[in-house]
Amino acid sequence: MAKPFFRRRKSCPFSGKNAPKIDYKDVRLLGGFVSERGKIVPSRITAVSTKKQRELARAIKRARHIGLLPFLVQ
Amino acid sequence: MPFYEHVFLARQDLATAQVDGMADQFTKIIEAGGGKVTKTEYWGLKTIAYRIRKNRKAHYVMFNVEAPATAVAELERNVALNEDVLRYMTIRVDELEAGPSAMMRKHDRERGDRGDRGDRGDRGDRGERGERGERGERRGPRH
Repeated sequence: MAKPFFRRRKSCPFSGKNAPKIDYKDVRLLGGFVSERGKIVPSRITAVSTKKQRELARAIKRARHIGLLPFLVQ
Repeated sequence: MPFYEHVFLARQDLATAQVDGMADQFTKIIEAGGGKVTKTEYWGLKTIAYRIRKNRKAHYVMFNVEAPATAVAELERNVALNEDVLRYMTIRVDELEAGPSAMMRKHDRERGDRGDRGDRGDRGDRGERGERGERGERRGPRH
């Protein structure tokens, strides 16, 4: 925080111990990775690893299919 | 036998008893096909994120199924034909969850004290959205 353009490298929120399990039923968890518009937030912003981002995207799409998450928010 | 999770959405104007009846009916199909339903969860009448066949709400039911593929195919065929079902989804999973699923846990959490500070971490990350704004501005004067 002292240096203005230095940002600490974030680690993947789904790696490491007691990391949450990605599950299409866990709307609260998935909701944190979706923009206000309902779009999936890119991993460069959320720092999710590539592998976990794929898993996450799949879970979000499943949740959308059964109406737990919106496809878009007007 | 493989494991499956099956979720279906029933029309909002059905009574809970009717939804239970449908769940029983579908369970019998799995059993007739030589499989078993290890868990049935009723998530309740939930608001759907978008309208499906003019319904704003739906009864959600989830099954944990251990059954041969043929039985699941038969289940899906019947569910698809049922007019009271708005939407269904079957997913093969590596293992079935023993306890209540995330959907049921969430209700418990909201009632009790909020011990799950872990989730909060994500919020911090989202703060960086600011960066995106800058990008838009840079592209802005191009009209």
